[in-house]
Amino acid sequence: MTSPQIEIQMIAAVVAVACAIPGVFLVLRKMALISDAISHSILPGIVAGFFITQDLNSPLLILLAALTGVITVILVEAIQKTGLVKEDTAIGLVFPALFSIGVIMIAKNANDVHLDIDAVLLGELAFAPFDRLILSGLDMGPKSLWLMGTILILSLGLLFLFFKELKVSTFDAGLSSALGISPIVMHYGLMSVSSVTVVGAFDAVGAILVVALMIAPAATAYLLTSDLKRMLLLSIVFGVFSAIAGYWLAHFLDASISGSMTTVLGVVFLMVYLFAPRKGLLSVLYRQKQQRTEVSLITFLLHLNNHSEEEERHINHLNEHINWQKIRAKTILDLAQKNNMILIKDEIVFLTEKGKDFTQRALEYIMTNKDERIEHMKDDFFLFRG
Amino acid sequence: MSVAEYFELLFTDYTLRTITLGTAVLGAICGMLGSFAVLRKQSLLGDAISHAALPGIALAFLITGAKDTNILLLGALVSGLVGTFWIRGMTSKTHLKSDTALGLILSLFFGFGMLLLTFIQKQPNANQAGLDKYLFGQAATLVEEDVRLMLIVTGISLSILLLFWKEFKILLFDEDYTKTLGFNTRFIDILITFFIVLAIVLGLQTVGVVLMSAMLLAPAAAARQWTNSLGVMIVLASIFGAFSGVFGTAISASQNNLSTGPVIVLVAAVFVVFSFIFSPGRGLLFREIRFRKNRRDLKLKKTLQFMYGIVKDHENISHPHAIRILNNFQGFTKKSLQRLEDKEWITLTGQQWAMTERGFEEAKNLYSQQRKDD
Repeated sequence: MTSPQIEIQMIAAVVAVACAIPGVFLVLRKMALISDAISHSILPGIVAGFFITQDLNSPLLILLAALTGVITVILVEAIQKTGLVKEDTAIGLVFPALFSIGVIMIAKNANDVHLDIDAVLLGELAFAPFDRLILSGLDMGPKSLWLMGTILILSLGLLFLFFKELKVSTFDAGLSSALGISPIVMHYGLMSVSSVTVVGAFDAVGAILVVALMIAPAATAYLLTSDLKRMLLLSIVFGVFSAIAGYWLAHFLDASISGSMTTVLGVVFLMVYLFAPRKGLLSVLYRQKQQRTEVSLITFLLHLNNHSEEEERHINHLNEHINWQKIRAKTILDLAQKNNMILIKDEIVFLTEKGKDFTQRALEYIMTNKDERIEHMKDDFFLFRG
Repeated sequence: MSVAEYFELLFTDYTLRTITLGTAVLGAICGMLGSFAVLRKQSLLGDAISHAALPGIALAFLITGAKDTNILLLGALVSGLVGTFWIRGMTSKTHLKSDTALGLILSLFFGFGMLLLTFIQKQPNANQAGLDKYLFGQAATLVEEDVRLMLIVTGISLSILLLFWKEFKILLFDEDYTKTLGFNTRFIDILITFFIVLAIVLGLQTVGVVLMSAMLLAPAAAARQWTNSLGVMIVLASIFGAFSGVFGTAISASQNNLSTGPVIVLVAAVFVVFSFIFSPGRGLLFREIRFRKNRRDLKLKKTLQFMYGIVKDHENISHPHAIRILNNFQGFTKKSLQRLEDKEWITLTGQQWAMTERGFEEAKNLYSQQRKDD
């Protein structure tokens, strides 16, 4: 590995961590799309800042652009408050308009300005190590590493200082105001940190891919845990892993680094989305199938309980009367038989003692709807599952 | 070139005519289908899908190696649809919320698309230049064939819309009811989503990935302010969309260095702002005026009520009283007294007021709902 390579990976990892932290809270607060809006609408701020400072990494530009981000949030909320359109429409109206203003500002001054939309939207990490911070003749490393490092330390510091406040205002805004922690202050604080992070990161990874770095690690972690601290940690791990794996993927394909970082993020998310132990797609589908079987089983047992006539309890009757397909009827029968709930004699189905007991409990649950009844039944269901 | 010159040239210049027609048709179809997106609370679907279309374009190019617009758009359509249904799946099967799902699809698909695009650019294939026009959109590259395609799609979606009008409408307003009536809501839902995705994909070439969502939303959001009827809203949104297209093209053609997409979006934004403020039913201006009027009415009636309290114990209701005795009730001014007189509820003579028969009746009925306000 050459030193620019190491530096690129370091920048990528720092950007990933810096994005993951506000990202977790945005995802939890159902405001993930605000990051998308901010990442686009900071364009006019960046352009204006660039006209003034002529330097993409200057702190003034970052501040101006972050201010535009906060203005976006305020505008969205103002439009929403009028009640004329829904929240998502408000977001969808504000950021393209601001973005258009930015594009037009660039286009009108394209001749003498060294800045184009591609650079802002897509970014290029490969060039980041060449823009170096030189302090009194001494090479201190890439500028963007310093910039993102500062932002990261800032947001880490805020996170540790206000962890409790952030947590309570995220999960229960009412309780938070009752405890004297203003959710509004927390909201705008988070928005400001997000804006600053987006602005700092756009230069390295581009405006759209910032969104990926914010949302994807948090969403992936959300599928794996319900604990805030663990979610923060996991999303940082996913972010850093994708940043470094993405760099090497780009290296081998000779393609855009930010693009391949996002692709790795996407693959990681896809894997977790499919295979996460409790909240993943496959486990959800499996659980739903089991629940369908359980409901069918109870329906069937109740039916047996209600009818003493023989023709109602004949095996063939299942297909005709309860309107089940042959295979489903057979699955349910087998399941009930395997658990000693029923006895089949001459194609007539009888409830066993255990079956009667179980049905009785189910009936009681249905009539009283008290939770403790279903708890015992759940244990019984584990028998089928195991 | 000034805007006036542009409109003169419109009838003679082939390129200009094609582009204008293209943006107008695009604006109309986006307005039409965008109305559904807005009403179904899927406003940001447009944003997500336009980004999600990128890998489709790149893959279509990688597979066929040709830069045929129709094939690229087909690729975009497929990947847009995959994105849409994945968003659906995510929100219905896992506990990720719709905003996270939209953001994920948007950024992950786009990132993958960027990877493919940069990968293609490194390939020794001279044909690849110009794929990035789908990123930012270039109305100037519209040719007659593109416009024809847009017209065909508009025609098809219009006829589908008319054919399934009843179903679309009922699904928009009450999904559960639709289901109980025995309609196949899933089919209607997929149909309408398909056409929204189609409109988005069509617009990519003209306004680009980022601005597509505004194309879809802005005309519909503006139209929504003027009416409560779905039919009128769709027609209005199409008109707003078409006008944004034409004006946007006109303004950008009349200036140097002004790309069409952003100007169209800004024109559409002007429509939205105008509608937000000036629409008679919902607009902010008239709402404020109504609000003030109501407050004034309320104050007036409070004064009247106070006077009624004084008068009702007298035998002669029109017995004059000094204005002075109203003093411990602060809610009156000279102006409001004057207004009460204008309504013939009281008569003023010098420093005295006297309630009229009409005013007495009015005050008596203030709190009963029997009489309608005039």
